[in-house]
Amino acid sequence: MFSYYLDLALRSLKRNPVLTGLMVLAIALGIGAAMTTLTVLHVLSGDPLPGHSADIYYPQIDPADMNGYQPGGEPADQVTWIDGMNLLRAHRATRQALMTGGSVPVQPAQADLDAFYADARYTTADFFPMFEVPFEYGTAWTASDDESRARVAVISRKLNDKLFRGRDSVGKTINVNDANLRIVGVVDAWRPDPHFYDLYQGRYGEDEDVFVPLATSRDLKLAHDGSVDCWGQGSPDQQMLETAPCTWLQFWVQLDTPAKAAAYKAFLVHYSQEQKALGRFDRPPNVRLRNVMQWLAFRKVVPEDVRLQTWLAFGFLLVCLVNTVGLMLAKFLRRSGEIGVRRALGAARRAVFEQLLVEAGLVGLVGGIGGLLLAQLGLWLVRRQPADYAKLAHLDPVMLLATFVLAIGATLIAGLLPAWRACRVTPALQLKGN
Amino acid sequence: MQIQPILAALRQHKAGTVLIALQIALTLAIVCNALFIIHQRVAHLSEPSGVDEADLFVIDSQWAGQSSEKQIDAQMQADLAALRQLPAVRDATASNSYPLQGGGWDDLITLTPEQVQKTTDATVYFGDEHFLDTLGVKLIAGRNFRADEVEPLSPRVAATPAAVIVTKALADRLYPGGSALGKQFYAMGTTPTTIVGVVQRLQRAEVDTWSREYAYQALIWPRRLDGTFGTKYIVRAKPGELSAAMREAPKALFAQSRMRIIDPKNGVLSFAQVRHRAYDSDRGTAILMGIICAVLLVITGAGIVGLTSFWVGQRRKQIGIRRALGATQSDILRYFQTENLLIAGGGVVVGAVFAVGLNLWMMRQLATDRMPLLYVLAGVIVLLLLGQGAVLVPAMRASRVSPVEATRTV
Repeated sequence: MFSYYLDLALRSLKRNPVLTGLMVLAIALGIGAAMTTLTVLHVLSGDPLPGHSADIYYPQIDPADMNGYQPGGEPADQVTWIDGMNLLRAHRATRQALMTGGSVPVQPAQADLDAFYADARYTTADFFPMFEVPFEYGTAWTASDDESRARVAVISRKLNDKLFRGRDSVGKTINVNDANLRIVGVVDAWRPDPHFYDLYQGRYGEDEDVFVPLATSRDLKLAHDGSVDCWGQGSPDQQMLETAPCTWLQFWVQLDTPAKAAAYKAFLVHYSQEQKALGRFDRPPNVRLRNVMQWLAFRKVVPEDVRLQTWLAFGFLLVCLVNTVGLMLAKFLRRSGEIGVRRALGAARRAVFEQLLVEAGLVGLVGGIGGLLLAQLGLWLVRRQPADYAKLAHLDPVMLLATFVLAIGATLIAGLLPAWRACRVTPALQLKGN
Repeated sequence: MQIQPILAALRQHKAGTVLIALQIALTLAIVCNALFIIHQRVAHLSEPSGVDEADLFVIDSQWAGQSSEKQIDAQMQADLAALRQLPAVRDATASNSYPLQGGGWDDLITLTPEQVQKTTDATVYFGDEHFLDTLGVKLIAGRNFRADEVEPLSPRVAATPAAVIVTKALADRLYPGGSALGKQFYAMGTTPTTIVGVVQRLQRAEVDTWSREYAYQALIWPRRLDGTFGTKYIVRAKPGELSAAMREAPKALFAQSRMRIIDPKNGVLSFAQVRHRAYDSDRGTAILMGIICAVLLVITGAGIVGLTSFWVGQRRKQIGIRRALGATQSDILRYFQTENLLIAGGGVVVGAVFAVGLNLWMMRQLATDRMPLLYVLAGVIVLLLLGQGAVLVPAMRASRVSPVEATRTV
């Protein structure tokens, strides 16, 4: 029966090519716009550490003075050097890493390469196992390298390709800011999006090429890059950041169970009380402990404009669907005579209803294919934008499936009312009229 | 024209009538909100920066090796002297940042040192005595910096400079009534700074939504930031010689010293490029909204054409009878036009409510501003005209139905 209905649908659609074209075009445009913006939103609100992000937390404490204090306000969104080091050495979490961003001048050994700046991350050793960073060659440095301020570095695959033509460079040296660092590892392709662990370094499409132990970076006076937030007599001078009352480091911890997370939060409160008793903190304890996705939601990492565009596109799709309902209604009711004949010859209402829904579904399918092509075009246009997230805008299998479900589902719903109205025509009246 | 028979006829086509009205209502709600957003974005991205945009460009020069602050300061002085000597260059200065750069240095401003809540917020620029001339900003009160006031910024002179030049916007915010010259304020320090000059207009380093209430609030310290990192040279070319100056300047800098890195892609930017980047997102959103509005109006128009054509086809016999009974062609034409006006009128009334509702919802969800009702009015007019335009073709066809149709049975 289905193939018969399909045949009928094709014939009927071919009978009014303009009307059919208009319906298909409206569906395609609506689906294309909706899927383009939805894909961008989907990509931007993705999980940077799939399957793992719920255990990674970002502790916040409030070390500022009473200037501008408001009870219940948000604590600082980074930590000072002193607090970061205290929390790091407390070892209360499964893993913990203190880090910040920067950029370093790299002097290649090859004469044919000019010196260039590379984005860098200065961090303690747990960064790599905690964020499950894959290695192409070698390994991460160890906690004892952090302690001994070892002159070591981990570089990205991209930088390894550039400097060492992709060969195993473990044990070789890289010249960074006039200092030689021994390469201990090469990170394989790894780029978490959003760049959750340091949103001040750009939110999407960011990756570091050089990783240096935090203590070593301070010894070598490597330039810090990112937000520095000071109070009191603090000045964001690069050389004095260890003692200045400024927050400029990110501190991440791994806590494997909710119980551990609760215990860690209690520890943060206790730490704040202790620091207040010591006279270092002025404010009453004010702590937060958000995991990766909560942190990204809190920082509103998805650009407002992307959400606005998504709502707009879905509003557009809704109008396209209302338009299709109207056109389909006209189309089905115009065939009242034909339907009357079918009903008079014994077709059940249900059969007529099914036949018309097949026709609606067919419009949805063709519209969906058109919409998919338009979405690809739309995403191609998005990728040509200079925004930092633009390069990520690709349709993945989930969104591909979603496109067709949305297109056919929406058109079937749009077909319900017209089909229901049409299958209720009274056969006798139609036959008499003819 | 009698409306009663039209309403009676519409009652026969309830579903179709409601659908067209609903489509018009939704289109109106989306189009006027989109127009409002487009207008806001366009207004934002055409805000003047206050600088001589046509002739300006910036060079981001980073140091390639380790040097002392003293060496860097000497190098910066030499670089600036070399840039100013170029034939195509009018003037040059070094700063930490420039208008529309994105990001930058912001200070909280207070009027007394013990104040807990800030009075306001200002972008901080560092500049020497060439800063005002290079950017082409107009000094409207007071004086420029003297060469001997300009000191390198290093940990040893971290204290607040004694003299500051502020924008008119900042001056008016701190001391309303144009009395700011000679007055003092505090910028996150314990020593005050005295306003020695006021400039007409200078845009902030970043123009994101959060800083909108601080628009055009900037201050200039007489400092050279000898960052170990690098510096930003702002160069003003002589009129019409921008491209020549942009070619020569990096060469002149490399001739001074090879120990620097100027990014081949983003290292040298004309101010047009800077502006383009700063308002990327605004422009993108405005264009997208514009396209969607246009397509939406076309689809709604096409929908009206489609449904009305269907109705005309259905009513050929009735039209024939009316014509046979003496109705003129223009009577028939006016019938369909009035019918559309009634439907569209109902649609825009509902749509106006939708539009205001959508705006209120967006104000809560997306921090949009309140839409003036003028936009709804404009949208109503556009949609009523669209309806009349769309109905014209099928209505003309209806008016040409011959009275003979009345006699046909099929």
